[in-house]
Amino acid sequence: MRAADLLGFTLLVLRRQRFRSLMLLVSVSIGVAAVLLLVALGEGARGYVMREFEFIGKDIVVMFPGRKSTTGGLPPVTGVAAREITLPDLAVVARTVRGVDAIAPLVIGNAELSFGSRAREAVVIGSNADFFPMRHLDIARGQALPPLDLTVGSPVAVIGATLERELFGTRSAIGAWVRLRDYRFRVVGVLQGRGDSFGMDLSEAIFVPVASAQTLFDTQALFRVLFRVRAGADVEATKRELLARMTALHDGNEDVTVVSPDAMISTFDGILRALTLAIGGIAAISLVVAGILVMNLMLMSVRQRTAEIGLLKALGAPGAQVRTLFLAEAGLVAAAGVLLGTGAGYAGSVLLSLLYPEVPFQVPLWATLAAALFALASALLFAWLPANRAAALEPVLALGRR
Amino acid sequence: MIELRAIDRTFRVGDSEVHALRDVNLRIARGEYLSVMGPSGSGKSTLLNILGLLDRPDGGEYLLGGTATAALGEEARARLRREHIGFVFQSYHLVPRLNARENIELPMLLAGVAPRARKQAVDEVLERLGLTDRAHHQPSQLSGGQRQRVAIGRSIVMKPELLLADEPTGNLDTRSGTEVVALLEELNREGITLLIVTHDVALGRRAQRHLGMRDGAIGTDTLTENPGARG
Ligand SMILES: Nc1ncnc2c1ncn2[C@@H]1O[C@H](COP(=O)(O)OP(=O)(O)O)[C@@H](O)[C@H]1O
Ligand SMILES: [Mg+2]
Repeated sequence: MRAADLLGFTLLVLRRQRFRSLMLLVSVSIGVAAVLLLVALGEGARGYVMREFEFIGKDIVVMFPGRKSTTGGLPPVTGVAAREITLPDLAVVARTVRGVDAIAPLVIGNAELSFGSRAREAVVIGSNADFFPMRHLDIARGQALPPLDLTVGSPVAVIGATLERELFGTRSAIGAWVRLRDYRFRVVGVLQGRGDSFGMDLSEAIFVPVASAQTLFDTQALFRVLFRVRAGADVEATKRELLARMTALHDGNEDVTVVSPDAMISTFDGILRALTLAIGGIAAISLVVAGILVMNLMLMSVRQRTAEIGLLKALGAPGAQVRTLFLAEAGLVAAAGVLLGTGAGYAGSVLLSLLYPEVPFQVPLWATLAAALFALASALLFAWLPANRAAALEPVLALGRR
Repeated sequence: MIELRAIDRTFRVGDSEVHALRDVNLRIARGEYLSVMGPSGSGKSTLLNILGLLDRPDGGEYLLGGTATAALGEEARARLRREHIGFVFQSYHLVPRLNARENIELPMLLAGVAPRARKQAVDEVLERLGLTDRAHHQPSQLSGGQRQRVAIGRSIVMKPELLLADEPTGNLDTRSGTEVVALLEELNREGITLLIVTHDVALGRRAQRHLGMRDGAIGTDTLTENPGARG
């Protein structure tokens, strides 16, 4: 039988069983669309997280107190520091670790910020001048925190754009004195935009020198320290050196953790990729369900078309040809379902992108191909049994004797 | 052309066995016109199905054109059916949703004949059956006689040597029945070997050779020089 005739005959049969064909078509396309949409969601989430991470920069290394308990690479959520990281520690590190060319310590807390009669709760970030370029933060107006010796406080502050609007309305905050608890700071700069910090809106933060923040919160402990690795220096070696130096400073206790965003990125990337695969795989179950539907509807079809199958055999069609006819039926519906489902999946992903422009939803090619192959394979596999049953029918019995 | 040697066919129904054919021996020469008559259940259809390679005997040997068919596989039997045998059934067995032309074309489609050759052959068949103006009608739009003519067209489009008809007029009124038989006889005069199973005595008499079946065996095998068959 010629391929074109096979196609024509199969289309005719499908049109004759319109409802059945439509059901198969819909079930396969829903399955394919579900796989593609969920993978697009997963990829979107992964892309979103990765973008946030990559902004940190590959040359930045982060130190925080506490030993990471696993080797998995993720920072502990509730690490209890044996000993704090302090500014004197950093002074030593800055002097001795050659691979580092900038250090930004971080103290973070909440405090009430007020200007005149207006007040609101704000995130207070104690850091230094280097922090801004290291975190790619731009200053809209005024200037960043001045370069100071780390241990020297100063009553100057940079505030986020939202804070400025809420406290100053349409006026500029530059030059104004604001109050944080019992301390007064003069605003020297206003931050541009939201900032990029992972999960934190820096437009609602106020930046003060780290020593001032320590005084404000009455603590010596640093929450985080960012190190920038000198161009050309080896990141891993620098990490090891930082760790060794801190361990020495802390009487041989290895009680800090040093991570590079690269390590975090690859860990997160791995986790999110696995997650995407998992939800894609779960969605693929719907394709198996579609396959089972294919099998049942085809079995029905074989039963109803028994006389026709007998006729085809009487006209000289061997069993293999009858099997091909039935497989072609399933294959054609599945192929149409794949096309329809892929269209729907891509359309859905585009729609999501329009609704949430900040998340990079996208259907990867591998997912499209995998879903298509899986749908086709599942349909053909499940059609095999009914097709074989049709192929094995005895022509005499099939022709409807009794 | 055809030789049956000691053909047996037994059906098992539940615990009992039904001997549909027992020790049937038969030779049919090319171009013969036979009618098979006999009471219901005497094995006429079974004989026809075995001749048509739709069914396999349980014992004996069937030689078709010199080929022993017992050992043939399904593929080879399908090929013999396709190329040498045409069937006409009592209930037509037309494929719904295929129009008259497409139904006649079906065997050639399955055989993979090229569209051009198909069209030519089908046009010829439609022409000679007087169905040219019905070519695009669905089976449901045709009368019984017309349907059976389409079925006959389908059975001869591959130019078989053997035409097997199982009660071809069973569902037809006398007039269209006569027309159908006239058509079959015309094909026989052109050389096709024709075997008709029928209940209709008048119709059966028209053949040159009558097989009378009883209890799965050929009871009578008589030759008549019947002018009716010569039109
Ligand atoms: N597929 C079958 N299964 C069981 N018994 C059958 C089958 N086909 C035919 N028979 C039996 O074989 C006998 C001959 O049947 P058949 O050839 O159809 O007779 P006829 O065509 O002369 O009426 C009958 O007794 C019938 O019941
Ligand atoms: Mg019968």
